Amino acid sequence: MSADCIPAAPDTWTAAAGFSLVLPGTPLGVRDALDRAMAAPCLADLSDMARGSLWIVLAEVLNNVTEHAYATARGTIVLRLWRFESGVAAEVVDHGAPMPGLELPAGRLTDIDSLPLEDLPEGGFGWFLIRTMTDWLIYDRVGQQNRLRFCMECA
Amino acid sequence: MELVAEPHDGFLAIRVEGDRIDAASAIRFKDRMRELTQGGQGRVVLDMARVSFLDSSGLGAVVAAMKALGRERPLELSGLTPTVQKVFRLTRMDSVFTIHPSLPGGLRHVS
Repeated sequence: MSADCIPAAPDTWTAAAGFSLVLPGTPLGVRDALDRAMAAPCLADLSDMARGSLWIVLAEVLNNVTEHAYATARGTIVLRLWRFESGVAAEVVDHGAPMPGLELPAGRLTDIDSLPLEDLPEGGFGWFLIRTMTDWLIYDRVGQQNRLRFCMECA
Repeated sequence: MELVAEPHDGFLAIRVEGDRIDAASAIRFKDRMRELTQGGQGRVVLDMARVSFLDSSGLGAVVAAMKALGRERPLELSGLTPTVQKVFRLTRMDSVFTIHPSLPGGLRHVS
């Protein structure tokens, strides 16, 4: 395994994953998968801060699949994690509907400073959190699958 | 996920008993908040000291609860754990809520 979390390295996504799981694309399936992933031995040495960030990003990515890709038809999600010296790489694959426009949402945060209470946003935070906390992120539609890959540096 | 209300001097404390407010529990959270605050008055302090994880659905549910209480009944937060704090800070929602390190007046529930 290469020393860095370099997504372009040829062995990044073909090496044996440190953790892998097929989960039902439902909110409870995601909750259970997060518990299992965060308890994975390959992540045992992560700092509490890195662990918290990974937990948030995985939750947002997996919840997005259940809410959007599987909005009309249920399916499973494949989650794989790799621990690198400098961070964590993750791959999330589903068989649901493609991302609109085959692109990831921009994930811009609403400017809340001037908003009255009743106009505060109750959603739209997910992709902002994912983009803010990942160091590398790419989406591909591969055949009938969505494939999201990301890296988080957390040496 | 369960919420428990405790009247205090000057505010209603609502303690989150579960360890997370996530996509699977967000609707339940909003419903329980509505039930526990119905008909009351004065500020509400949500004690999140036992919540180790909150995702964007959970954040949305907390914001929705604040909006439902309205301007006359501010929702304040207490005891944010590090990962929960991070979600509030990154989304800048920490600027919208009054956040206490622990329940005001040192009246945190001891069990």
